[in-house]
Amino acid sequence: MTQSVVLQVGQCGNQIGCCFWDLALREHAAVNQKGIYDEAIGSFFRNVDTRVVGDGDSISKGKIRSLKARAVLIDMEEGVVNEILQGPLRDIFDSKQLITDISGSGNNWAVGQKVFGSLYREQILEKLRKAAEHCDCLQCFFIIHSMGGGTGSGLGTFLLKVLEDEFPAVYRFVTSIYPSSEDDVITSPYNSILAMKELNEHADCVLPIDNQSLFDIISKIDLVMSSGKLGPSVKPNSLVTSSARAYQKRQRGRRKPFDAMNNIVANLLLHLTSSARFEGSLNMDLNEISMNLVPFPQLHYLVSSLTPLYTLADVNIPPRRLDQMFSDAFSKDHQLIQADPKHSLYLACALMVRGNVQISDLRRNIERLKPSLQFVSWNQEGWKTSLCSVPPVGHSHSLLALANNTCVKPTFIELRERFMRLYKKKAHLHHYLQVEGMEESCFTEAVSSLSALIQEYNQLDATKGMPMEDVPRLRVAV
Amino acid sequence: MSIVTVQLGQCGNQIGFEVFDALFMDSQCSQGFCSKRENEAYQASCRERFFREENGVPIARAVLVDMEPKVINQILSKAAQPGRWKYGQHACFCQKQGSGNNWAYGYSVHGPKHEESIMSLIQKEVEKCDSLSGFFIIMSIAGGTGSGLGAFLTQRLQDHYSNALKMNQIIWPYGTGEVIVQNYNSILTLSHLYRSSEALLVHENDTIHKICAKLMNIKQISFRDINQVLAHQLGSVFQPTYSAEGSFHYRRNPLGDLMENLVPHPEFKMLGVRNIPQMSENSLAYSTFTWVGLLKHLRQMLISNAKMEEGIDWQVRPSLPRLPPLNKLSLNREQHFNTSLANLVILRGKDVQNANLEGFKDPALYTSWLRPADALSVWKTSRAFNRYERSAALVSNSQFFVRPLDTIVGKAWNMFASKAYIHQYTKFGIEEEDFLDSFTLLEQVIASYCNL
Repeated sequence: MTQSVVLQVGQCGNQIGCCFWDLALREHAAVNQKGIYDEAIGSFFRNVDTRVVGDGDSISKGKIRSLKARAVLIDMEEGVVNEILQGPLRDIFDSKQLITDISGSGNNWAVGQKVFGSLYREQILEKLRKAAEHCDCLQCFFIIHSMGGGTGSGLGTFLLKVLEDEFPAVYRFVTSIYPSSEDDVITSPYNSILAMKELNEHADCVLPIDNQSLFDIISKIDLVMSSGKLGPSVKPNSLVTSSARAYQKRQRGRRKPFDAMNNIVANLLLHLTSSARFEGSLNMDLNEISMNLVPFPQLHYLVSSLTPLYTLADVNIPPRRLDQMFSDAFSKDHQLIQADPKHSLYLACALMVRGNVQISDLRRNIERLKPSLQFVSWNQEGWKTSLCSVPPVGHSHSLLALANNTCVKPTFIELRERFMRLYKKKAHLHHYLQVEGMEESCFTEAVSSLSALIQEYNQLDATKGMPMEDVPRLRVAV
Repeated sequence: MSIVTVQLGQCGNQIGFEVFDALFMDSQCSQGFCSKRENEAYQASCRERFFREENGVPIARAVLVDMEPKVINQILSKAAQPGRWKYGQHACFCQKQGSGNNWAYGYSVHGPKHEESIMSLIQKEVEKCDSLSGFFIIMSIAGGTGSGLGAFLTQRLQDHYSNALKMNQIIWPYGTGEVIVQNYNSILTLSHLYRSSEALLVHENDTIHKICAKLMNIKQISFRDINQVLAHQLGSVFQPTYSAEGSFHYRRNPLGDLMENLVPHPEFKMLGVRNIPQMSENSLAYSTFTWVGLLKHLRQMLISNAKMEEGIDWQVRPSLPRLPPLNKLSLNREQHFNTSLANLVILRGKDVQNANLEGFKDPALYTSWLRPADALSVWKTSRAFNRYERSAALVSNSQFFVRPLDTIVGKAWNMFASKAYIHQYTKFGIEEEDFLDSFTLLEQVIASYCNL
């Protein structure tokens, strides 16, 4: 089986990463109750004998000794990484997997990309090589970062180019957290647009996510929980956000529910990789994702949705509720960015199902939903499906829908507008231009790269509703 | 003579397991509705074809190939259940990373890289046969490993074992909802197999899914259900039959006989299977069948191109002999009558000698350039198959697949015109010209079948 390495960059990336490792451990503990190190666990963890001095040779078989995350943690401040190292997950990381600085990137993409990029390139590369050496078949890098800040955005996208040069055959899947419109980082539009150019050019797949959508989903779950109507019958541990305990904590704290929000993203990554890790009657390996969902190299942004958000505690699933899971995956409210796939154009769509669901359930729902969705003319049957028999912890079944859909366009257009508002006034520009290697052309090239992308989506949108004609076929002599 | 089965990819391996299991269970079944002696002869013949023995345990004559380990591990553990049959100890080849639904990756990367190891596994299995009839290669055409590596290996088998026959059991994808690039992968596979295989035995997922729902009455259909129906159909073809009318010797070279009867011209290689009856065990207990009834239905399934016993169009009739073949060529016209090139009818069960096959001998069923006497063959055994007291199977080289093939080529062509996904293939050396070659070849095949 193949392995993946997670690269968590910046504050946001590390916080999500932290949730991810927590959930990944729980999931494998639930599935693998004998405590034997197997290939499924091996995809994200290596098994190390810590009694051996030095690097702690990886053990490929036998009992689980000490699991180490296949991860590299990068931040240009120390706060979050230190917190992780003092928290309950400290044992799955060691100091050889960390890169930190103390000065921070000051919410400046240029500092992350140019200053820290060149300063830490060799060190990062060395740790990446080390992580790669520990894998016997490295298939995928998962980069988790945010677009709005300095480190995640600048250094995170710097990494992409490094990975492309050094590991050209290994896939680069990027989970990017986009800033919401009332983001408190004033330079976030600059950072996001500069980062977008790198994503356009060097990522295989990008899963864009925005904070506002995550927040809305949490609010909806909280509403259900506190309305009391369903509250007692919601199965503990079955929330897509986290355990019920975290919910109670949230009720007391009244802070922005970042933990719960990060948990959604962590669940997304677990689900995305589940069919590659566990058995199923219709497997979907990670390399099938881009093969099926990316028809043209640049159009690699996939809108995701996870359902159900929680599971009710009764044992039997009536088909009606199973079908609801499929319907919800296409509704606006369940998307992890502000987007409405149902009213936009699909280039391709993947349905990844986990748990007790059969091929006939999948087919029934595709037939049912197809008439309400618009697909591009040359890909009318643009469905990719998978069935993984292991459900997420606490659920009997769940679904991840990935849509390559023109509904991402509004997010990009809005980002460009916010960028232009700042850029016209040249606001804060000097902070960037004083960084060595940054020129004004970086900004103009970045914005034209984004415009070209928007233009591609426009052209596809323009074909919506046009009469469909078959291309004249080849003629052969009989 | 023996057949070496090559199971490729997730689909090929899952089906392969069910096929061996069905063959084994049927041959073990004491309820053959025939004499003990005959049952033993049947068993021995089945064993010779598909199994060998190691320490008294039947070992499937199979090589398992996949580019990722999960599926093979799963079926090996299933086959390890005691008291049944097993796979050979060194019959598996798997790698760590699959082909990612990319035909080009399976064909151009995995193929050349692992050719030597896989071919040597196959050779070892061949050496264990007293005499080799040929290869049975089970693969899907939609994904990457079965389709791409399958096409590559079939070519290599053609080079290395030019005297052995190769039949590819191919699984035709659902019309929608499996793999997005399935139409590209399918046309690349089909065109390559057309050059290197002797016959393609086609099973459509959509058809089998419908059989599960309508005839087997399964509510929540799993891939296991689908594969079991498929295995039943294959068993009804490949289990032993008498070598000649009235003889009690079993046919020694089923693959060779089948090709000889059904593939008289290399332009026509696509074979379809129909069988009757097929039903859930519960219904079977309350049903009786006569040969007259079964054959009447089977014949109508053939000429009206019905894919199963339910929903047969009884209006379709052969046209009067030798009317000018007006409009025969046009695809746009609803094609009602299914013209055959050659058919094989296989009858198993009680009073099989009394079955009357006149209805299949009608020249109006066949193309004009082959003598009807050569176009129909019949295989029989009085040993019942899989608990059905009487059952019939039809393997047909006819216009069955004109429409599915035309659909797949059409969809692939529309996508090709937009150039979508092409970059994924050129990355591994499959260029636009390769696609065009495939399109040309398949358009030719469609036209030839239309012209029957």
